[in-house]
Amino acid sequence: MSKVFLDEPSPRSVVRAENVWKSYEQDAIRVLNGVNFEAAAGQTVALCGPSGCGKSTLLHLLGGLDTPTAGSIYVNDVKLEPGRSTLQLLRHQIGFVFQLHHLIPGLTLEENCLIPAVAAGTPRNEARKRMLQLTERTGIAHRLKQPIQKLSGGERQRTTLCRALMNQPEILLADEPTGSLDERTSAQIFELLLELVETEKITLIMATHDRSLAERCHRLVEMRGGQVVDARAPQAAVQQEGS
Amino acid sequence: MIFLKLILTNLSRHRVRTGISIAGIAFSVAAMLTVVTILQGAVAMFSGLLSDNSQIVVFEKDVSDLFFSSVPASAVAQIRSWSMVEHANPVLFGVVSSTDHPIITCFGVTPTDARLNNAQWVAGRRKDFGAVKDGVILGQRAADFLKAKLDEQVVIGYQKFPVIGIVKLKNGFEDGGVFMPLPLAQQFFHKQDSSSVITVKLKSTSDAAAFKQKVAEQFPTLIALRNQEFDHSYSQFKILKATAWAVGICGLLLGGLGVANTMIMSVFTRIREIAVLRVNGFSNGQIAGMIFGESGIVSLIGAVAGLAIGGLVIVGLKMIPALHGYIDSHMQPWVMAAVVALALLTGVAGALYPAIYAMRVRAVEALRFE
Repeated sequence: MSKVFLDEPSPRSVVRAENVWKSYEQDAIRVLNGVNFEAAAGQTVALCGPSGCGKSTLLHLLGGLDTPTAGSIYVNDVKLEPGRSTLQLLRHQIGFVFQLHHLIPGLTLEENCLIPAVAAGTPRNEARKRMLQLTERTGIAHRLKQPIQKLSGGERQRTTLCRALMNQPEILLADEPTGSLDERTSAQIFELLLELVETEKITLIMATHDRSLAERCHRLVEMRGGQVVDARAPQAAVQQEGS
Repeated sequence: MIFLKLILTNLSRHRVRTGISIAGIAFSVAAMLTVVTILQGAVAMFSGLLSDNSQIVVFEKDVSDLFFSSVPASAVAQIRSWSMVEHANPVLFGVVSSTDHPIITCFGVTPTDARLNNAQWVAGRRKDFGAVKDGVILGQRAADFLKAKLDEQVVIGYQKFPVIGIVKLKNGFEDGGVFMPLPLAQQFFHKQDSSSVITVKLKSTSDAAAFKQKVAEQFPTLIALRNQEFDHSYSQFKILKATAWAVGICGLLLGGLGVANTMIMSVFTRIREIAVLRVNGFSNGQIAGMIFGESGIVSLIGAVAGLAIGGLVIVGLKMIPALHGYIDSHMQPWVMAAVVALALLTGVAGALYPAIYAMRVRAVEALRFE
């Protein structure tokens, strides 16, 4: 896949955090301390850093699942406000993948994939066509009628990917998407993830501890203590470490 | 389809819990239906006593119970003389008890009373009523529980009476009652020259308003009501009906608490699942719809099962000899509809708090919960 570096002409920003603060329990616990962040259309961005540095919190804020204590989040230059705009965001612009698959037990693979389409009121035929397309591409089309209890870990995470991409979002937010998988399956899922975001022209923002995965993204954003301490192309980061 | 499956999946995940909730609603509905049907039947039977071959009932104004009503014999004679009246029959109601039977209803009637004319005679002769001194006629069920036969003496209250006839009557109160000639009943109940009510048949129903007006003018202490008006305004009927519905609604409230408990547990045990639905674009309305859908299905199944159980209970009660004639097994459609509607309403009310709770689930917090 082609790489977009910071020194290249900056493409259109799809998601932006401006001086975002997040604290809990009346400021007793500060998770984000004035984060500025931006991701351009089609970019893959890895958020790295130790546990508790605020990666997941930033993802949640970017996806409208939470609201910042201070600062603003913009998606396609529209400021996120709680309520209907967040709902529309979750339905049409953002897809989420978590470390744990969070599939609904009792439903089949196919039905789990179709949940976002049900939420958005997508016509059944259209939704089914999209679901078949995605499951074909992720290699799980032969398991459509299986209840999720009968799927392997890899198949479950592929299902989650299909579900996240069901409504053709512009942005995919992934929180440790391979964190619960073995090394081999993890590599397979990540390859699939990169392939899907490239073909679907999606912006991927991924929180990960896995440096080898982060290195394969267009940008690597390093976080420490609730702040972005470094944001560059991975190659540049490697060079800096070597000098 | 998937939305429906989400609802059904959750119900089938905790089958025992769902079953208990359905049973709660079912038994509540059955209890309500049984109580309301029995009392509606009893009210219908009692009002049938008054409406037998008549359209209007005349009784003492502002009396709380017809057993306490006193209509003077002079009023009967006067009303009979009115040209618009086809016939006017005085009836005296009295209640006595015996060792084994706390309530034996007695009817003091005239020999021409429509009840006896329409009765099916099991034993005895119609013409002996009023002709044989102190002779009484027993309803067939009364004859059974008093163990009385034709020409034997039967103890009613403090006195013995010869049985001159046994009749089978459709109305449970009448079939379990004792018919006395009016003068005998007046003497027995110490109500000389009075009756409880006068049942009146007019030559033309269009004269009803004029008749009521005339009664109001000529007998200030009496009131005349059409049978339908009587059913709606008689305070005893109102109390009975209100009691039936109150008992039934209390039962349903208990069932509703069961549904509420189930739905609360249902929401609490799948907060993360609700969070996942939120992340995937489910609105507050869709989340609430899912919760209300679950409670609606539980309530609907419970209500249908309750109708079946209630029907069986009523049929079962009707088959008990001691209750024969007192139970009207005919379930009125509006009662069934009202009971089902109340069950659904209770289910929805029971799901209100769980639905609000589910709508307030914050995905970001719920997804952190392991």
